[in-house]
Amino acid sequence: MDFRADQIERYSRHILLQDIGVEGQEKISKGKVLVVGAGGLGAPVLLYLAAAGVGRLGVIDGDVVDLSNLQRQVIHFTPDVGKPKVLSAKEKIRQINPDVEVVTYQAFFTAENAFDIIGGYDFIVDGTDNFPVKFLINDACVLGGKAFSHGGILRFEGQTFTHLPGTACYRCAFHSPPPPDAVPTCSQAGVLGAIAGMLGTIQAAETLKFLTGTGDLLTDRLLSFQAKSMTFRTVALRRRRHCPVCGEHPVITALHEAEQAVCELKKNETYPFI
Amino acid sequence: MSKSTIAINGEEREITLPLSLGELIKQNNVSQPDMVSIQVNGEFVFRERFDDTPVNEGDEIDFLYFMGGGR
Ligand SMILES: [Zn+2]
Repeated sequence: MDFRADQIERYSRHILLQDIGVEGQEKISKGKVLVVGAGGLGAPVLLYLAAAGVGRLGVIDGDVVDLSNLQRQVIHFTPDVGKPKVLSAKEKIRQINPDVEVVTYQAFFTAENAFDIIGGYDFIVDGTDNFPVKFLINDACVLGGKAFSHGGILRFEGQTFTHLPGTACYRCAFHSPPPPDAVPTCSQAGVLGAIAGMLGTIQAAETLKFLTGTGDLLTDRLLSFQAKSMTFRTVALRRRRHCPVCGEHPVITALHEAEQAVCELKKNETYPFI
Repeated sequence: MSKSTIAINGEEREITLPLSLGELIKQNNVSQPDMVSIQVNGEFVFRERFDDTPVNEGDEIDFLYFMGGGR
């Protein structure tokens, strides 16, 4: 890949980094990353990956921009209220960096479309807001042999880890979604806007590390932070022999969705519980 | 009854044995026990087993909280 003069200038602060250089920037520019959800986490992830010049950015989200999103979903602006989030996101990405190819999916990530969509990408970023889809992303990536970044935020807290084939997965630590009636509903929970930026930029950094092969990824470790005390901690995760999806005798061999609508929690949990 | 030391999320704690994981959750005022996943010495423990899993001297216990937000 031959960079144009303007690209050399645009990416000069990456190229200056010994661990990245021109070669690393080439890897970023050839990278294909899917961001599931163009919301609180998806916004900073998309903005930084666009600025970094990731070759292809896929964005999947079936929602339209709501006024209550703007407190944290920094890729959407006030005039975007009512616009499909994927369109709003695409417009900003194109303005930040015309080098980036943007592929939009104005849909929700489901058991039916998951494999088709992730197939075209090297790395997947979870920027979703509910457990059924977080578990679905995990299962699709584990079964499909894809690397991904998990992210979750709540109130003043966030947590994330990175999965590579062979390392611990979300089910190794959390097994299955919590009882739906225990999950705080969206209106009850709330989140400090900047928390989304704190966690999303960690996910964006992990993505760039993955694409360039730089440093040690957040694999087999769960990073959590509590912003009220501003403390971070890392807990070791272990790939479990009895994990329902990546263990020795997996019971999840195809994709299913747990029945738990966003903000409208139902009882039925369709994943098998071993 | 005996005083013992365990580690919760990396911090040392004095506890009195015998004690189950379920009782430990209550003592720690975990407001939503259903929203926590527990590892004892790195091993996952099923939620259904919290009440009959004993805590032992020197255990390293991690409370991992479910965080489902992202939008
Ligand atoms: Zn697993």
